[in-house]
Amino acid sequence: MSNYFHQGAACPLAVDNVDTDQIIPKQFLTGVSREGFGEALFYDWRYREDGTKNPDFVLNKPQFNEASVLVAGHNFGCGSSREHAPWALAQFGFKVIVASSFADIFYRNCINNKLLPARVTANALESIQQSISDSADSQQARQISVDLKNQELILANGEVFSFELAFSDREQLLNDNDFIGMAEQYADAIDRYEDSRANDAPWFMPQSFAV
Amino acid sequence: MGMTLYEKIYQQHKVATMNDSTDLLYIDFHFIHEVTSPQAFAGLKQAGRDVRNPVATLATMDHNISTQNRRIDGAGDVSRQQLTALKQHCDEFRIPLLDITHRDQGIVHVIGPEQGITQPGMTIVCGDSHTSTHGAFGALAFGIGTSEVEHVLATQTLPQQRAKSMKVQVDGQLPAGVTAKDVILAVIGKVGTAGGSGYVVEYCGEAIESMDMEERMTICNMTIEMGAKAGLIAPDEVTFSYLEGRPRAPSAQQWHRAKARWKTLKSDADATFDKTVVLDAGSIRPQITWGTSPEQVMALTDRVPDPTQFDTSDLQRSVADALHYMGLTPGSALQDYPVDVVFIGSCTNSRLVDLRQAAAVVKGGRVAPHVRALVVPGSAQVKREAEAEGLADIFKAAGFEWREPGCSMCLAMNDDIVPAGKRCVSTSNRNFEGRQGRMARTHLASPAVAVSAAIHGYLSSTPLVSGEGLI
Ligand code: SF4
Repeated sequence: MSNYFHQGAACPLAVDNVDTDQIIPKQFLTGVSREGFGEALFYDWRYREDGTKNPDFVLNKPQFNEASVLVAGHNFGCGSSREHAPWALAQFGFKVIVASSFADIFYRNCINNKLLPARVTANALESIQQSISDSADSQQARQISVDLKNQELILANGEVFSFELAFSDREQLLNDNDFIGMAEQYADAIDRYEDSRANDAPWFMPQSFAV
Repeated sequence: MGMTLYEKIYQQHKVATMNDSTDLLYIDFHFIHEVTSPQAFAGLKQAGRDVRNPVATLATMDHNISTQNRRIDGAGDVSRQQLTALKQHCDEFRIPLLDITHRDQGIVHVIGPEQGITQPGMTIVCGDSHTSTHGAFGALAFGIGTSEVEHVLATQTLPQQRAKSMKVQVDGQLPAGVTAKDVILAVIGKVGTAGGSGYVVEYCGEAIESMDMEERMTICNMTIEMGAKAGLIAPDEVTFSYLEGRPRAPSAQQWHRAKARWKTLKSDADATFDKTVVLDAGSIRPQITWGTSPEQVMALTDRVPDPTQFDTSDLQRSVADALHYMGLTPGSALQDYPVDVVFIGSCTNSRLVDLRQAAAVVKGGRVAPHVRALVVPGSAQVKREAEAEGLADIFKAAGFEWREPGCSMCLAMNDDIVPAGKRCVSTSNRNFEGRQGRMARTHLASPAVAVSAAIHGYLSSTPLVSGEGLI
């Protein structure tokens, strides 16, 4: 086991403001399970009107088949709160998204799905984009290693870029914590909060609701 | 040092400090709907967990339903399965559900305020980004993902990191014919779709204070469109009188106590904001989006921008891409573009005030023969009230389709879809590529502008807009 959170080939998607409707269009939100979204990732870009693959779209190019690090633009994941977006990215095989900024809800959804949203500066993003497009044909040269402890992305050419991540988010990615279980450890504090609320501001505490 | 309204609500809901950056916040109320909840219930069942406080939760059916009838299979079998799953989950976990035939059913962000559930000082969440709507009451309300829906169902709490505060101040009075929708589009144009990232926005200033609650909801609704976590407006007499007497508002015995508490919910005079944006209401004109992002917006009378006007090559490329998708020529006037579809509805603009504003523009006109126009009320209650007031008759007589409540063409998950290449003026909140249908071209605007487009058959028509606004 390496020291890295992840090592894998990068794929460029230098588009700003990619919204979650693009990542996974609404017609794929009708399911009731968490599975089966990978095929629909970036559907309107990946497939043509007749359902065949659009050979010009980057994910359909054979050299990017194995990509697991998506190098995106600015404000990635804006729009709808659908968690289907990180599900689709993860099920396609991505482990890391690199961008100069992320929309807040999408960012949180990534952390909760162990997908790393690595936020780098705009300059760093430009250098990373440059270096992976220079080495577009070589999977090896497009390798990016992610050191989560030191919060660094290490490119195959040796360049190192740091990324931002809150302490608690790093912990959540490093440890296999049960997200809900962690809050359940505060059950007493939650009980006490509810008790004091019931006295202090009873109108906040719905007792029953007949519909 | 003084505190902002956001900081006060945050502080009042802190159950515990989890670590340096994270607090556990209590969530007062949780709305759920059919699309983002099934996997959360599945997760609960898998882990053997129960719902902690079922009555602090309310479910509705809105995203996926037909607006042509009130049948659970009205929008097809796939949506029926999702709706049936919601019903089963609500039964199993004892969660109140306003199902498709219920007299209070409607779009999740319309019914909460309507029932008096949304109150000042609350924390409110929903697996839907436009939860920001509820901030109009001075409630901290934000959208969450499905894992978080599961978390709230199980614990009635959420781990949170403190956001930054932004003040958006709209000074002065709006010109006649300029509505809340125009204000929020102008704000988004100024701040940008990512400009609010990491912030909670508080709106203030004379123009905001003089709005009624429904207009304030339109403002807070689209706060997410600038990337902000939530929008807030400090509660005042307008808020209190809207709430008084609603089914789930505080009872008569508790009313005075609640109101006294609500009055403390405002930013202190010496509170500091991390960012302040000021707009002059008098200079805002009716707005319309020309691109594929809500920040790509202009006054209705302006000309379509030219990519070369923009500074960076990235921006030039994204503007050119947007214009290509939208089928617009740089420098052209909008009045030259025919409209195919008009949609009046969505949690942004489907309340009674919106429908009144829309009906006022009809003025005996008729929907142009080449236009298909829909009015979709936000809730069953809005529908009843609009019918009682005669608004529905005005729309129907003018050739608009008058539908059953639901999200409808806002996200086109049901059969209300804008066909490929067609141009739609929509009162909803997102003009993303494909949002209203694959290759559909969406222009966001106010209900008044949408009605005028339906009647003239073109995006904008000179007789409609004078110096004083819409005439
Ligand atoms: S009306 Fe549109 S934006 Fe509002 S909740 Fe429904 S789908 Fe979401």
